[in-house]
Amino acid sequence: MPATSKILRFGAACLGGALAFSAAPAAAWEPTHPIEIIVPAGTGGGADQMARTMQGIITKHALSKQPVVVINKAGGAGGEGFLDVKNSKGNDHKLIITLSNLFTTPLATGIPFSWKDMTPVTMMALDEFVLWVNAEKPYKTAKDYIDAIKAAPDNTFKMGGTGSKQEDQIITVALQKATGKKMIYIPQAGGGAVAVQLVGNHVDSTVNNPIEAVAHWRAGKLNPLCVFDSQKLDYKDKIAGDKSWNDIPTCKSAGLDVEYLMLRGFFMPPGVSKDAVAYYVDMFKKVRETPEWKKLMSDGAFNTTFMVGDEYAKWVADAEKLHEGLMKEAGFLAAKSN
Amino acid sequence: MFDDIGNLVHGFAVVLQPQNLLLMVVGIVLGVIVGVLPGLGGANGVAILLPLTFSMSPTSAIIMLSCIYWGALFGGAITSILFNIPGEPWSVATTFDGYPMAQQGRAGEALTAAFTSSFVGALFAVIMITLVAPLVASFALRFGPAEIFSVYFLAFCSFVGLSKEPPFKTVASMMIGFALGAVGLDQMTGQLRLTFGSETLIGGFDFLIAVIGLFGIGEILLTMEEGLSFRGKAAKINLKIVIQTWKELPRYWMLSLRSCLIGCWMGISPAGATPASFMSYGIAKRISKRGHNFGKGEIEGVIAPETAAHAAGTAALLPMLALGVPGSPTAAVLLGGLLIWGLQPGPLLFVEQTEFVWGLIASMYMGNIVGLIVVLTCVPLFAAILRIPFSVIAPIILVLCAIGAYTVHNNTFDVVMMLVFGVVGYFMKKANYPLAPLVLAIVLGDKAEVSLRQALLGSQGNLGVFFSNGLVATVMTLGLIALFWPIIQGGWTRLRSGKSGLRPAA
Amino acid sequence: MSETAHETGGTGPSHRNVEAGVAVVVAAVGLITVIGSLRVGVGWGDDGPKAGFFPFYIGLIILVSSAVNLFQLFAAENDNAVFATWRQIYKVLTVVVPTAIYVAVIPYAGIYVASALLIGLFMIWLGKYSAVVAIPTAIAVPIFFFVTFERWFLVPLPKGPIEKLLGF
Repeated sequence: MPATSKILRFGAACLGGALAFSAAPAAAWEPTHPIEIIVPAGTGGGADQMARTMQGIITKHALSKQPVVVINKAGGAGGEGFLDVKNSKGNDHKLIITLSNLFTTPLATGIPFSWKDMTPVTMMALDEFVLWVNAEKPYKTAKDYIDAIKAAPDNTFKMGGTGSKQEDQIITVALQKATGKKMIYIPQAGGGAVAVQLVGNHVDSTVNNPIEAVAHWRAGKLNPLCVFDSQKLDYKDKIAGDKSWNDIPTCKSAGLDVEYLMLRGFFMPPGVSKDAVAYYVDMFKKVRETPEWKKLMSDGAFNTTFMVGDEYAKWVADAEKLHEGLMKEAGFLAAKSN
Repeated sequence: MFDDIGNLVHGFAVVLQPQNLLLMVVGIVLGVIVGVLPGLGGANGVAILLPLTFSMSPTSAIIMLSCIYWGALFGGAITSILFNIPGEPWSVATTFDGYPMAQQGRAGEALTAAFTSSFVGALFAVIMITLVAPLVASFALRFGPAEIFSVYFLAFCSFVGLSKEPPFKTVASMMIGFALGAVGLDQMTGQLRLTFGSETLIGGFDFLIAVIGLFGIGEILLTMEEGLSFRGKAAKINLKIVIQTWKELPRYWMLSLRSCLIGCWMGISPAGATPASFMSYGIAKRISKRGHNFGKGEIEGVIAPETAAHAAGTAALLPMLALGVPGSPTAAVLLGGLLIWGLQPGPLLFVEQTEFVWGLIASMYMGNIVGLIVVLTCVPLFAAILRIPFSVIAPIILVLCAIGAYTVHNNTFDVVMMLVFGVVGYFMKKANYPLAPLVLAIVLGDKAEVSLRQALLGSQGNLGVFFSNGLVATVMTLGLIALFWPIIQGGWTRLRSGKSGLRPAA
Repeated sequence: MSETAHETGGTGPSHRNVEAGVAVVVAAVGLITVIGSLRVGVGWGDDGPKAGFFPFYIGLIILVSSAVNLFQLFAAENDNAVFATWRQIYKVLTVVVPTAIYVAVIPYAGIYVASALLIGLFMIWLGKYSAVVAIPTAIAVPIFFFVTFERWFLVPLPKGPIEKLLGF
């Protein structure tokens, strides 16, 4: 009866945690109550899946003495979650997982927060973007598709994407610049829904993350045309037929000079203790060593770059500048009157 | 097909292992607790309990999780009927007749009808999944923005024009719901609207806060006004009530069948359980001979929404498994669970993971049966809650409401909003404004708006998109018929009787 | 429900005035919606209708229907009905006021302490229970919620200084 004994153990762990605080030695920092991971996006999205997988890994491998709680605060394109962290000064038990809305939401909506209001912890991975089309369509390569776009009048082709004025639409704008033709961008609530709209032929293409579309690729419903990265993906296991992630050409090689990677990393509230940050960095390093994490990375063809400290902060600062430029160019900045 | 049956039988063999049966009971009980406590809700509950299952085999884990899911679905009806507090959007329609029944001392009857209807609806959907899974998945793919909008349109149309309240009050109420639903981020342009620079409003008004306030707190205020008591004191509390109600239920087979079909259909189209429950209630009210009695404690008014909601909730699991698109927040969390066990939802799940899929389907059958037995034996217990004196239970309900409102966004401001909605609900009810249209509009308004705008964006503003293919045209036409039904019906009666109808159509 | 209110008799604010008040408040909501929509734009932009397009018309419909409701109210004969007697309003306030204080106190005292106070006072004041019954109930219920939410389901609820003192 694994379930009952598991619950009992679970209860015992809680009790243990409650008693532990009185006896805790002053040496290394340890969490004294449940650790909250804020997800500034809805349930079921990429960030949510990653947070919940990590919660599972930490629980299963007992990487923390305290339980991990995942809380979704998706309001205002994630602004709600970021504001909560910004306003939880000095809270050593709160983390937030980021996606590109760390940069795009304040720019597009004027909600007042920035990564500088928070404490950078780690970069866990970078999420790739791939150009997908329906397998029934005649486009076999990115070039076929681009030629078709170029040959048709403006607003003929529909691009599906997650949210408005966020990463998917930024890529779409870059694509428009490269082809010189306007596309109709249709925002959906989540990446899974976007992929299904493409399978159902309600849009012509998407820029889904690998993990959002891989199931449809394997089932022969969708075809990847190119990846928006400077190099090919590193995963050589066969996925669909004899194709692997590694067989997808870069968009640059297909004449589409567009690159985009999305941050999957952690931040903490301002004013947290150095020891706490060190504790979480160490915990996430252990998470990265588990087989479950490695499986998630290869399923989603993630770029597994790991960064901490100043290196990470510098990367984020550069990414912010990049987004500012992209958003400005696309005309996505919030009107100041709001 | 024969392979499938073999697989299903094998699935039953897996599920019926004593250890898995125990997991089911544990799951159902946890689920009912999760469903009753307003702060948890199905999605939260499953998310919180998910880590418990990581050390189990995927099949055992999904059995437990899906049982938590069923338990939460069953549990949602309990607070709706006993306290007028729907914990989930699809329980709202259950309060319309369930709560009046409880007030009349018929809580046991209402609970039995609700649980049994949930069971019937879910079972119907499971049978459908078993028989036609692949077909259904491809049907779901036909829903683009225009089709999705047409389904919302139909849901609204089959529900408006139903209330007895003055038409302009109904309109005002529904439009306030739309306005509240519009607050926050506009999904289409990524722009904030109607927040007036307030940081607390960027999340918008969540339906749960509005409903807990309007229904739950508002009801306590009305009860206070009339003196300190719940009117359910006479509730019978023995198991005989279950048998008595069961004797009545077969009479409503036609209603059940219709509600099942509405539910399955709405569940597969991505609209989901909430519009299904409202639509089923609306249609039942129009067709039933006892339609005039709806809203005053009519058992048909409990059966219709519960059956449809649960048929839809169950049918919605199919797009999740076959397409990887969750039909509800709860399903979204289940989806996260699948990924952790290394199961990739999608068209190939049925081919590559047959043991898991058929184990899940078998656990749906068994989970429902076990769930029904568990909750039915507890009916007297639940009904007995109404015997607790009002001055004890009222503050506890207030506390539960506050917890429920807080946990929606983990924000104390929402608790304030809940109380504001409570006072507003009291005034609206006393001034004869119907609350149901407002809630319907908050729940579905922004979704309907988004799909309408997506469709128009795709067609570059051409309204013809709503009649561009057979599916969307049929649904839109059904919606228009539902909208103008009172007029059509009035015209028909007039034609038949040959009299000039001075009677207003509604 | 409102019928019973009328039967009990007694004086109170007139139904007509309160209903007019509700209609005015509804109209105000409509007006706010219209103003808010105008601020974000109500026309057509590059990507279809602007953010304020739909709420703008929703706001207009609210204004119109509220006007109709007001008109109908005053066109009809005044039945001199009472909205609620003063005694009933007093009773409603006995719930609204403590709940308002409860809600206001939650961010500072935490939800558990506030709940204990609410339940205890409600039982003693309105339910006329003796402190012997009320106080244990008032303490037991929040502890039950604490164990269920914080410990078992790991849902953090607002906590105040007392919980901090106890180390949570």
